[in-house]
Amino acid sequence: MDIHLNCPIPFTDSDRVLLAHGGGGRMTHQLISQVFYPAFRNPLLEQDHDGCVFPIEEGQLAYSTDSFVVDPIFFPGGDIGDLAINGTVNDLACCGARPLFLTVGFILEEGLPLADIQRIVQSMKRAAERAGVQIVAGDTKVVERGKCDKLFINTSGIGIVPPGIRIAPDQATPGDVVICSGPIGLHGITILSARESLGFETDLKSDTTSLNIMISELLHTIGEVHVLRDPTRGGISGTLNEIAQDAGVDILLDEDALPIPEAVRAASEMLGLDPLYIANEGLVLVILPESHAEQALPLMRGFEEGRQATVIGRIAKQSGEQARVKMKTLYGNYRIIDMLSGEQLPRIC
Amino acid sequence: MRFVDEYRSNEKVQTLLEAIRKKVTRPWYIMEICGGQTHAIARYRLEEMLPSNLHLLHGPGCPVCVTPVETIDYALKLATQPNVILASFGDMMRVPGSKEDLLSVKAKGADIHMLYTPLDALSLAEKNPNKEIVFFAIGFETTAPVHLIALKEAIRRGLPNFSILTSLFTVPPAIEAILSNQESKVDGFLTAGHVCAVTGNKTYHRLAAHYKIPMVVTGFEPVDLLYGIYRCVSQLEAGSYEVENAYKRAVPEQGNAAARQLMDEMLEPCDQDWRGIGIIPSSGLQLRAEYKRYSSRMRFQLRPEENRIVSECLAGLIMRGLKHPSDCPHFGKACHPTHPLGAPMVSSEGVCSAYYRYK
Repeated sequence: MDIHLNCPIPFTDSDRVLLAHGGGGRMTHQLISQVFYPAFRNPLLEQDHDGCVFPIEEGQLAYSTDSFVVDPIFFPGGDIGDLAINGTVNDLACCGARPLFLTVGFILEEGLPLADIQRIVQSMKRAAERAGVQIVAGDTKVVERGKCDKLFINTSGIGIVPPGIRIAPDQATPGDVVICSGPIGLHGITILSARESLGFETDLKSDTTSLNIMISELLHTIGEVHVLRDPTRGGISGTLNEIAQDAGVDILLDEDALPIPEAVRAASEMLGLDPLYIANEGLVLVILPESHAEQALPLMRGFEEGRQATVIGRIAKQSGEQARVKMKTLYGNYRIIDMLSGEQLPRIC
Repeated sequence: MRFVDEYRSNEKVQTLLEAIRKKVTRPWYIMEICGGQTHAIARYRLEEMLPSNLHLLHGPGCPVCVTPVETIDYALKLATQPNVILASFGDMMRVPGSKEDLLSVKAKGADIHMLYTPLDALSLAEKNPNKEIVFFAIGFETTAPVHLIALKEAIRRGLPNFSILTSLFTVPPAIEAILSNQESKVDGFLTAGHVCAVTGNKTYHRLAAHYKIPMVVTGFEPVDLLYGIYRCVSQLEAGSYEVENAYKRAVPEQGNAAARQLMDEMLEPCDQDWRGIGIIPSSGLQLRAEYKRYSSRMRFQLRPEENRIVSECLAGLIMRGLKHPSDCPHFGKACHPTHPLGAPMVSSEGVCSAYYRYK
C-alpha cells in the first residue's frame, strides 16, 4: 500500500501581502531581506538593531515626520513611495536643514500585490538617492483586508541645520518678496484626474520631487533667506495664511503673476476649485528681502524644479493679529485670500 | 483660457464700469438671483467698483441654502439606515439639519458618497444590489434635468434599488414672492443665465410686465455681470421694464426644449418650503405619480416631524434682499464657514460664505 505524506507545507512565496508578513516571523524577515534591504541598503540600516545609532556633526538638528495615505497609490508623475520620501525631505529642507536620515513605517493591507510594494520601494530608493538621504530604520505592519486602503507610509527624518541659519515662518518681514518655485496646483489636479470617479482626463503630472539640493544651494549663496515653506495640503493660500499669522504681517499676492498652468485652470474652473487651495508636492515658497530676489531667481531657475521660479507677491506691513493674505485682482482691487474651511479634497498625499 | 479670459478682461470691465457710471443718476437696487452670480460678485469685488448709489441685493438662488431643514433631516435619517447608501453633492455635507449634518453622521459610520454627477450613483446601485441607493437630488431648473436623466437611465438599466430624494426649486415663483412683499426694495432683476438656458424667458415676460420691473438674463463672469447690470440700469433710467437677454451666447429665447420636455414628463409643480423663507406656492418640483416609486420619500415613507427648530440665522431676510450679511450680529463671529449657523454660510454659492471669504 502506498502511503502519501501530504504534510501541509505553508506557502511562503505568495505574490500578495499576507497577515503573516507582519507577524514578526519568517515571512516578515523574508519581506525585509528580499524587498526592503536590497533597495535601501546602507551601513546604518544594516546595523540590524532596534534603532539606528549614528554620530552627529556641528549645528542644530531638524526633525520632521509625515504620513502618506494618497489615493490612488500610483499616479502620473509619481507614487506614494517617492511622495513619502520627498515629503519629509522637503519639510526638513524648509527648516533650512540638510536632510540626512529617514525612517520608514509601512502599514500594509492584507492582499496587496507584492509587485506593487516592489515598485513603490524602488521609487523610494530612487527618490532617496536623488535627495542624498539614507533610510536607516523601518517598520512593517500588516492589517486585515479592509482595515486600511492598500498601504499607508510614514516617514520621519533628521537633518542638520548649518550654524547661522534661521529659517522660520515668523521671520517674514515687510520688504520681503514671495518667490514661488514653479507652477501651481499640479499635484492636486493630477490626483483628482487619476481618480476614476471624476471621469476627466488631463496630461498633467504630479510635481512631486525633492527640493533640498536647490534649497541648499540657495542658502549657501544667499545667506539671508527668511522663510521656506512647501505649500502642500491647503495650497499656497493655506501656507501663506500660516506665515501671515505667525509673523503678524500682511501678504499681498499679484493675481497676474501666479504661475497657474492652463490645464490646472481649466480643471479648477470645471470643478469649482481655486488653484490657490490645491496641493503641491514639489513646490517651495521662498521669502527673502527684495534686494536678494535678483540673485535668487536665476539660481533657482538653474534647477529643473525651479525652472519657472517667479515672484508672486510681497510682505506688506506688520498687522499683528489682523494679518491677512490679500490678492490684487486683475481689476486692481484687493480681495482676501482666506484659509480653507473644511476639506477640499481628501487623501491627496 | 478661451470662453473665460475674454469675459474677465480688465479692459472690458473698465469700459462697462465707465458706461454704468455715466448711466446712473439716482439710487437703484438690483437683485441677482443666482448664488453663482453672488459668488462671482464677491470674488471679483464688483460691488465696490460700482457707483455708490447702485446697490446689489443677493437673492435666494442657492439650492444648498434653501433646502429645508426637514429634507436634510430626511437625508440624515436615510443615511443612518444600514441598508442605505446616500449619494450627495459635496456641498450638502456640512449643511446643518435640525441636530447634525451629513459629515458628522458619515464619521459615525453612515455610508455616504460624495459625487459630482448623479449618473455616478447608478454605478453605486449596480455594484451594491443589496443596498438602496438614495441620491440627494437638489437644485433649480438647471440641475433638475440632470437628475431626471439619471433616473431615466436607472429605469432603463432596471435598477430597482435607486431612488431620489428631491429638493427641487423653480425661480419665477421666488421672484414673485420677493416682489409681492410690501417691503421689497428691488428695482430690477438679473435672472440666472443657466436657469434661463433651460426654461427660456417666457415666464419672465409676464413677471416683468405685471410688476413693471426690468429683468435681464445675465451670465456669471465679471464682464457678463457688469453687462447685465448695465442693461438693467439703462432700462431703469429709461423707465422701461422688459425682459432682455444679456447672455445670448448661452441662452436661446426658448430655452432647452429637450430638457423642458423631460421635466414636464417626469415632474409636476408643488408647494415648496424654502429654508429661511417659508413655503412658496408652486415653487417646487416633485416626481409625477407614474414616477413616484422612485421617490425616496415614498419608498421610505418619510414623514415630517414636529420639531421645527428656531434658528438665529437671518438667512431668509438676507435672501429676500431685506437684510445684508453684515446686518447679522453673528456674521463672522459665532457664524463662520467652519461653524455655520445657517446654510448661506456653508455653500460656496451662499451669500454669507461669499462675503466671508472675499471681504
